[in-house]
Amino acid sequence: MTVLEQPGSSRHGSTATGDRPAPPPAWRPRVDPGPLLPDEEPYRVLGTEAAGKVDIALLKRLYEQLVSGRRYNTQATALTRQGRLAVYPSSTGQEACEVAAALVLEERDWLFPSYRDTLAAVARGLDPVQALTLLRGDWHTGYDPHEHRVAPLCTPLATQLPHAVGLAHAARLKGDDVVALAMVGDGGTSEGDFHEALNFAAVWQAPVVFLVQNNGFAISVPLAKQTAAPSLAHKAVGYGMPGRLVDGNDAPALHEVLGEAVARARHGGGPTLVEAVTYRMEAHTNADDATRYRSDAEVEAWRGHDPVALVERELAARDLLTSAYVSATKDAAEEMAGALRERMNADPALDPMDLFAHVYAAPTGQLREQSDLLRAEIEAEGEH
Amino acid sequence: MSTAVAAGGTTATERRPATMAQALTRALRDAMAEDPAVHVMGEDVGRLGGVFRITDGLAEEFGEDRCSDTPLAEAGILGTAVGMAMYGLRPVVEMQFDAFAYPAFEQLVSHVARMRNRTRGALPMPLTIRIPYGGGIGGVEHHSDSSEAYYMATPGLQVLAPATVADAYGMLRAAIASDDPVVFLEPKRLYWSKADWSPEDPAAVAPIGRAEVRRTGSSATLITYGPSLPVCLEAAEAAREEGWDLEVLDLRSLVPFDDETVCASVRRTGRAVVVHESTGFGGPGGEIAARITERCFHHLEAPVLRVAGFDIPYPPPMLERHHLPGVDRVLDAVARLQWESDWTEDGTGRGAGGTEGSGRDGRGA
Ligand SMILES: Cc1ncc(C[n+]2csc(CCOP(=O)(O)OP(=O)(O)O)c2C)c(N)n1
Repeated sequence: MTVLEQPGSSRHGSTATGDRPAPPPAWRPRVDPGPLLPDEEPYRVLGTEAAGKVDIALLKRLYEQLVSGRRYNTQATALTRQGRLAVYPSSTGQEACEVAAALVLEERDWLFPSYRDTLAAVARGLDPVQALTLLRGDWHTGYDPHEHRVAPLCTPLATQLPHAVGLAHAARLKGDDVVALAMVGDGGTSEGDFHEALNFAAVWQAPVVFLVQNNGFAISVPLAKQTAAPSLAHKAVGYGMPGRLVDGNDAPALHEVLGEAVARARHGGGPTLVEAVTYRMEAHTNADDATRYRSDAEVEAWRGHDPVALVERELAARDLLTSAYVSATKDAAEEMAGALRERMNADPALDPMDLFAHVYAAPTGQLREQSDLLRAEIEAEGEH
Repeated sequence: MSTAVAAGGTTATERRPATMAQALTRALRDAMAEDPAVHVMGEDVGRLGGVFRITDGLAEEFGEDRCSDTPLAEAGILGTAVGMAMYGLRPVVEMQFDAFAYPAFEQLVSHVARMRNRTRGALPMPLTIRIPYGGGIGGVEHHSDSSEAYYMATPGLQVLAPATVADAYGMLRAAIASDDPVVFLEPKRLYWSKADWSPEDPAAVAPIGRAEVRRTGSSATLITYGPSLPVCLEAAEAAREEGWDLEVLDLRSLVPFDDETVCASVRRTGRAVVVHESTGFGGPGGEIAARITERCFHHLEAPVLRVAGFDIPYPPPMLERHHLPGVDRVLDAVARLQWESDWTEDGTGRGAGGTEGSGRDGRGA
C-alpha cells in the first residue's frame, strides 16, 4: 500500500476502518473539526429572545452609526452623480457590517478595509473627506494609516489579508495585544491571497479576524459561481480556525460575534473567519448596470431585511424610538452629510509636483530630471 | 448582437462606423463560431458581458460552457486555461484590468510562456490573454497600468497592442489563431474610438509581427503603438506648422518585433522618437532605441529619443494628464532631434530647422 492509498481519516477522526492498519499519527486531523464548524443558520439577535439582552447604550450607538452610515452612503453616491467622485462602491445595505467592524476594535487595533469599506474607516474615526480621496482621485490614500490605524483602502482583491496577518503577527512578536480585522467580499474569497492569508494566520495563531461580507455578488457573478462550499465560513475549518456565520444585517449579532472573535484573538486564541450574510442594495459601482444580472424582486425582498429598520424595530419594541431621538439622530446625520457635501464641492488643491514626491525616500536622478521637465511645462502653460 | 455591425448583414465592401469595442466583440464571436475549441473565460464575461462589454452576447449565443464566468481568481483562471490548452482547447482569457492580471503572473511567466520550450514543442499554448490596459480614462488606483514591459521581458509570449478598429478585429483573430500564447493589450481609452470598418475586409487582418506606417513623412519617424498612436498622429499634424514632416509608425506587435519596417522608416528619415505611456526607465522604448541604434547607426542624424510616462507609480486620475505623454511632449522631443539649425548659434531647435526635407541628407534609404 502506497502512502497515497492510506485510508483517509474520517471527519471526527480517530479509528481506522476494518482490518486496515491505522494511519500514522501525523495523518490525523490535529483538531476535531466539529467545534470549528459554523452554525447551519446565520446567527441572529434581532427578532429573537436574545434581542432583549442587548445593552441599551450599545443599541443606540449602533442605531446612530447606522443612520449616519446610510446617510454617508447616499451622500457619496450623490457626489458621484455630480462628478465629484470618480467612483463610489456603496455599502448601502451593508452598513451593519461596516459599523460593527469599526466598533469592536480598540484604538490600538488595526482595520484592513477593501475599496467598499470607506464607511468602516469613517466609523473608526477617519476624516470623511480624507477617506474619499482615493475615490475622488486626488491621491491613492488620502490619510495617514497610522492616525487611526486604518490600512489604505485596498483595490486588488484579497491582497490586504496577508498584510493584516503579518501586522498582527508582528504585534504579537513585540508583545502587544493588538488585533487586526480585515474585510473582504465573497468574490475575494476565491483569490489565492485569501487562502494563503488564512493558512498563515492559523499556522501562526495570529490575532486576526477575517470578516467576509457576503453580499451575494462579485460585480455580476453570484455566490454559486464563486464557491461550492456550504458556506464561506466553512472555508475556515480546513485551515484550522473557527468559522462563524452571522446575519450581516443584524448589527447586534455582528457586534457580538465579531467582538468574541476579537477577544479570542487578543487573548491568544488565534484567528477567526466570520461570514456576514448581507446584500448589496446598489449596483457594484456607478459604472455597473445591476439590472443585467439580478431581479428587482430579489432586491425588494432584501429591502424588507434592512439593517437600519431592524434596529429601529427593536428600539421601538423597547419604547426607545421617541420622535425626539429619531429626529436628533437624523439631524446629526444630516449635519455630517452637509459638511461632507460642502467640503467635497470644493476642488482639492493639487500640486502636480507631488507626483515625484514619494516614489523613493530620496529621489533618483531620473526623477529629478523628470520633475524639472514637468515644472518647466507647467510654467510654460501658465505663461500662455 | 446589438452592435452597429449587424450579424451576417455586412457585405465584403460595406464599411460602417464601428467602435474598437464592437470590433473586438465581433472577433471573439467569429472565432467562436468558426472553431468550437475557442473558449472565452474570465470574471463577469458571461451575463454581464465583461465590465467593458467586450464579451456581450457570447454566453447567450454559445452557452455558458463556451463563455464562462469563473471564480474570482486570476491565477486560477490562467492556470486552468493552461490545462484546457493542454487538452486541445484554445482558451481566450479576459483579465478585468491591467493591474488585476498580476496575480496570474506566476502562471504566465513560469508556465504559459515556456511550456512549448519545456516540452520541446509537445505542449504548445495556443491561448490569448486579453488585458484592457493603459490610462487616460480617469480610473482610480490599479486601473491604468501599462504593463507591456513585463510581458516583453518574458520569452515565449507574443505581445500585441492594436490601435485601430480594423486592427482590433484583425489582430484578435490572428491572436486566437496563433499556436503560441498572446498577451493582447487592449488600449482601454480607445475602446470607444470609431472608424468605418468592415470585418470582411481582408486588409483588416493583421499578421502578427508586422508594423504599419500610419502616416508617411520625411523629417523624422514617430514610433508608437496602442493608446499613443492617436497622440502621435495629432502631433504629426501639429508638426506640419513647424515645418516638420513626420512619419508615424504603429508597431502593433511588440513581440515579435518588426525590425524591418522600423529600420526602413528610420533609414529614410534619419531621426526617430519612440512614444509610449509606460515608464521610460526599463520601458519598451529603451529596447526599441537600442535596436534602431544597432541597425541604423550610420543613418541616424540624432540619438533616438524616448517620450514616455514618468518613472512613477501610475498617478491618481486628477493628475494623470501631467503624466501621460501628450502632443506637446512629443513635439518637444522632435525639436531636440539635433536639427541643422541647432548647430548654429540660434540653437532653439525650432523655426528654421524645420525646413522641408531637413531630416534627409541623402544617406538614407
Ligand atoms: C485581483 C483583482 N481582480 C479583479 C478586480 C476587479 N474587481 C473589483 S471589485 C470586483 C468584485 C469583487 O466582489 P466581492 O469580493 O464579492 O466584493 P464586493 O464588491 O461585492 O464588495 C472585481 C472583480 C480586482 N479589484 N482585483
